[in-house]
Amino acid sequence: MIPALTIENLSKVYGDGFEALKGISLKVEQGDFFALLGPNGAGKSTTIGIICSLVAKTGGRVAVFDADIDVDFPAAKKYIGIVPQEFNFNQFEKVLDIVVNQAGFYGLPPGIAHQRAQKYLKALGLWDKRDVPSRTLSGGMKRRLMIARALVHEPRLLILDEPTAGVDIEMRRSMWEFLQQINAEGTTIILTTHYLEEAEALCRNIAIINHGEIAQHSSIKSLLKQLHREIFILDCVLELPEVVTIEGFTVYRVDAHTLEVEVGQGQRINDVFTALDAQAIEISSMRSKSNRLEEMFVNLVEGAA
Amino acid sequence: MTLAEQYVAFMTILRKEIRRYLRIWTQTLLPSAITMSLYFVIFGSLIGSRIGDMGGFSYMQFVVPGLIMMAIVTNSYANVVSSFFGAKFNHSVEELLVSPTPNYVILMGYVIGGVTRGLLVAVVVTLVSLFFTRMQVHSYFVVVLIVLMTSTLFALAGFINAVFANSFDDISIVPTFVLTPLIYLGGVFYSMDLLPEFWANVSKLNPLVYVVNAFRYGVLGVSDVSLSFSLAMIAIFTVIAFAFSMHLLNSGKRLRQ
Repeated sequence: MIPALTIENLSKVYGDGFEALKGISLKVEQGDFFALLGPNGAGKSTTIGIICSLVAKTGGRVAVFDADIDVDFPAAKKYIGIVPQEFNFNQFEKVLDIVVNQAGFYGLPPGIAHQRAQKYLKALGLWDKRDVPSRTLSGGMKRRLMIARALVHEPRLLILDEPTAGVDIEMRRSMWEFLQQINAEGTTIILTTHYLEEAEALCRNIAIINHGEIAQHSSIKSLLKQLHREIFILDCVLELPEVVTIEGFTVYRVDAHTLEVEVGQGQRINDVFTALDAQAIEISSMRSKSNRLEEMFVNLVEGAA
Repeated sequence: MTLAEQYVAFMTILRKEIRRYLRIWTQTLLPSAITMSLYFVIFGSLIGSRIGDMGGFSYMQFVVPGLIMMAIVTNSYANVVSSFFGAKFNHSVEELLVSPTPNYVILMGYVIGGVTRGLLVAVVVTLVSLFFTRMQVHSYFVVVLIVLMTSTLFALAGFINAVFANSFDDISIVPTFVLTPLIYLGGVFYSMDLLPEFWANVSKLNPLVYVVNAFRYGVLGVSDVSLSFSLAMIAIFTVIAFAFSMHLLNSGKRLRQ
């Protein structure tokens, strides 16, 4: 099966000489939920801009499914739906008009355009707002409007550039559910985000871009396996003794009811519980101290700095 | 994109453009009607009655074609320059750029949008002029042809201005400092015969002279310059403006990074 997105040796040098991409290569398989991560200025938006024709590449090759952008860009564009980082619709236009017009730009006749607009505005909870000027929508609604607009021609590849930036938690969760649903229905999704828990919760594969180069390209699972250690916080039922030790583990007594235990690669957390059980220490709850992906991300980015 | 899909995309842009200027008709259609009424009153009735005949016609009859053409030129230009620059400014032009709509369809959509506004304003101004003078038409064919060619040319010029503009100031510089002086010096209010030979020759470098005179020929049957030469000049300028606009879109200059 051909990949949904193939990027080979993609480079971009802007007019001022800034080298935003230094020959990156990556593949996104069909049906994947893919995270593209990187610090600000790493080259994420440049990559997305090239894929959807807003940025001209300096070198390399990009293909969307079977369409090479140098050979048949219109065919590639038909496959793509793009949700940019910044609001890029006319704030004076009505919500329904924005979505219907976008369908028209993809050649969908008005009847089908209206049906599709209704379908996606309803799915994203915006149907009641269809006749209001888009400028009156809240930030979260504007983001959902851009998703509806990107989906109206039913693309096979949906690219979202930080779709949940500035969106409240409840709205973010409902957007996650919606994106998981359309991914389950077969749409390949590429997501850039600064919320690493978002990437960890939604995505199966990941690429980390740093200084215009791919620092990591793998599944999230295999990426997390590279973590050498993880710190767990344990909340204890009874007051802890002054000193708590577990053989083979580094243990830190935070307060009378809280322990931190560092679990290294290859160690089993069961052994921690067995040891605590032997010392009659009961655990009421446990959580990971750090966001694992964040730790990995920081290691990769700082290591390359 | 198939031809049918391209037609849908074209109609979408055109409908969007027409809806835009009709929504803000007090800014797009009404000002021309008011301004031209004032021109008719001041230059036609008040001053015109003291000037007497010009080119064999009453002064009012002489200035009406020029004033209608002035409205067409400014409105077709203004529509595209403000609409396309607005889309660039708020980034909504990206909706089109990421779509498979071919560049020539994008250009045609905006330009024909500007042409329709030029035509609509021409109808409004013509109706207003009927309150001041009797309208005779020498050649409907020439009138329609010149109106379409001129509005297309100036809609294309507005598009080029919009692509190069970086701010709202930039979209008013050309109309204020180039277009308006060229219109005033383009023989709207006077016959070239009144100018000394040197200035009459200089005036021939002004493309608005050909536009105004060709239209005046269509309405009154008289012109300071040859009709065929005027048509050829307008056609050449239109082809150049179209080719340059397509070059700007294809190269992505000032539209893509």
